[in-house]
Amino acid sequence: MTTTLTRPGALATSGHPLVRPDAAKHLSDEQIAELGRELDAVRDEILAKRGTTDAAYIRRIIKIQRTLEFTGRGALMFSRYKAAWAAGTAMLSLAKILENMEIGHNVLHGQWDWMRDPDIHSTTWEWDFVTPARSWQHTHNDLHHRWTNVIGKDKDIGYNLLRMDADQPWRPFNLGNPLYNAVLAPVFEWGIALYDLEIPDYKEGLKSKEAMNRDLKAVGVKALKQFSKDYAATPLLAMATGSGRRALYGTLAANAIRNFWAHAVIFCGHFPDGTDTFTEEMVEGETRGDWYVRQMIGSANISGSKFMHLMTGNLSHQIEHHCFPDLPSNRYAEVAVKVREICARYGLPYTTGPLPKQVGSTWAKIFKLALPPKKTSRSPKSSPA
Amino acid sequence: MFRHLARAASALTTPLTPEDFLALFNPVHSSRQLRGIVTRVVHETEDSATIYFRPGHRWQAHQAGQWARIGVELDGVRQWRSYSLTTAAGHDPAITVKDAGAVSRVLVRGTKPGDVLFLSPPQGDFVLPEHPRSLLMLTAGSGITPVMSMIRTLIPRRPDADVVLINSNSTPEKSLFREELAELADQFPNLTVRHWFTSVRGRLEFTARTVADLCPDWRSRAAYACGPEGFLNDAEELWKREAALEAAQPACIGAGAEAKGARPGTLTVERFSTDFTAGAGHDGGVVVFEQSDREIQADGDTPLLDVGEDAGVLMPSGCRMGICHSCLVPLRSGQVRDLRTGELHNAPGQLIQTCVSAAAGPVNLDL
Repeated sequence: MTTTLTRPGALATSGHPLVRPDAAKHLSDEQIAELGRELDAVRDEILAKRGTTDAAYIRRIIKIQRTLEFTGRGALMFSRYKAAWAAGTAMLSLAKILENMEIGHNVLHGQWDWMRDPDIHSTTWEWDFVTPARSWQHTHNDLHHRWTNVIGKDKDIGYNLLRMDADQPWRPFNLGNPLYNAVLAPVFEWGIALYDLEIPDYKEGLKSKEAMNRDLKAVGVKALKQFSKDYAATPLLAMATGSGRRALYGTLAANAIRNFWAHAVIFCGHFPDGTDTFTEEMVEGETRGDWYVRQMIGSANISGSKFMHLMTGNLSHQIEHHCFPDLPSNRYAEVAVKVREICARYGLPYTTGPLPKQVGSTWAKIFKLALPPKKTSRSPKSSPA
Repeated sequence: MFRHLARAASALTTPLTPEDFLALFNPVHSSRQLRGIVTRVVHETEDSATIYFRPGHRWQAHQAGQWARIGVELDGVRQWRSYSLTTAAGHDPAITVKDAGAVSRVLVRGTKPGDVLFLSPPQGDFVLPEHPRSLLMLTAGSGITPVMSMIRTLIPRRPDADVVLINSNSTPEKSLFREELAELADQFPNLTVRHWFTSVRGRLEFTARTVADLCPDWRSRAAYACGPEGFLNDAEELWKREAALEAAQPACIGAGAEAKGARPGTLTVERFSTDFTAGAGHDGGVVVFEQSDREIQADGDTPLLDVGEDAGVLMPSGCRMGICHSCLVPLRSGQVRDLRTGELHNAPGQLIQTCVSAAAGPVNLDL
């Protein structure tokens, strides 16, 4: 029959990159190749199991999300009553978080494409987030997931705004690192929309004017619709019960809560202590096993309850998500047990911790990197190999 | 009115549509796909069932003899098959399905009222002529299904119709609609039913004599045939021979499109499957679905439609046998082989019927 060649399957199965990251230096080419085969087997095992229960899972989450969204927005129509405001805002916040994290992010990764349901498909999905799905798929699925944590290639390291790695050169602008991040958090979706326009690429002539115009138009239309829904249509309708202003506060709060949460979770994915960044030499000649290694040691998990995993869209299993970006998110928890065991057996770091710890660690880095590097200190991986 | 309301409501639901929320209350709603809710399941024989459904508002009423694509989920994966609609034109639609594979098994054994079916609107040219005339229906096995819709449409309403049905099955127990056909034939003189049981009489040979035994005036009737490949080929052979013999009299083999003008001496056939032997046995190639960013190594015998679907690409599809042209995709580059004929196609920009074309070397598709 047919076989699918997907990344990282297209990479060589043997050999080695120009430089191997320090954390994997102790492994031989053969060990790395074996690790690649083991992780491929983990993936194949899930593919063989994937079926009715997984399909039922995503449909149930979508149904819950839409019910919350419908009820929440409905409650805001009566938000001049405090209880209705609180309930409406809470439900709408939850709905937006679920929509962006467990549903949108994962559907747009193609995690549910295997169902062949045009309503739940990476090529048809549009999400409740300012940036258009197609733009985000380009910068996220293609660029970030391909170049995970490679300095100079993966612009998600700081989103062109923050200095997030010691190997990024320091400029006086970076003194504002914590301030920029604090400002970014509540308006995260607008920041991502701006980031997805790839303005630096356009300025450098790497992105054509036609492409820029097309993207500007797409984000303009999308932003207008998103803005009107929450800040015009909803309050206008709520005015019928004299709840217009409070409904506006409700949608503002729901969007801000979602933005804070998404920002926190996403920053815990690659920035906490223990995660590695890479040089382009480390990607040159990368084998399938090395690709897995980079994904594992460049990502960090968040430990916590089932509910916490759901609310993070299972990005709390960032390591597993980066190894297998198109496996359905409901399977990451069982994959994690195996990946963690493999990391332990091969002596590779597996970074995880509770949310407050990971958030704290990320903020500490943001503060630290606001300042210029001390002359004596050098990050280990930047030392010549 | 509904449209204006929906448009206004979408300001509140964007990027979803109001229908996406209506689906919370009634699963028949969907912004992207036509759905139907199963209303009744009637078991016909031990391995077949008729499934009645209430379709969503974009459905169009079917003509007698037409088919629809029905999507069901197997292990969470959407699978599409085409089934003839068996109810009379103007009635709520139903399909009659025989358990003959994984998808039909789910339909026959696992469907219950309230279930959701995914649908595409009815299509097909195997339909009744515009004016009733003398008709001869030749059916075998589940080939009765489109013809049943024709009989149910025509017989009770048109006393001027005159239909002879020759229906071949292995045993009486396995004959679909046997009781209903008997009742109709009893009640209406314009229907004559001739059963042929292969367990008793052997295979129905299409010779002028056997057909004349069953229907003496067969030459003066417009004929319709539906059944397995061999059955249809045999019938076509007989009608061709007759046409050659009576070259003085105009006669032709119709293929669907001419059904509306079906004349005495013509045969209109409806096929449920396609013969791929002519194009089989060649090498495949790497297939790239450019917009979907998928790259697959495909063999030379698997239709590109199946290749794409297996890789999770949203493929347009229809009859899956090269008739309806719903599955057309532009070829960007490379070469494909028509599995029915073995013919090669390699002109960039050409529209490819993915359901009957396989890779013949590397293929890039604009999808």
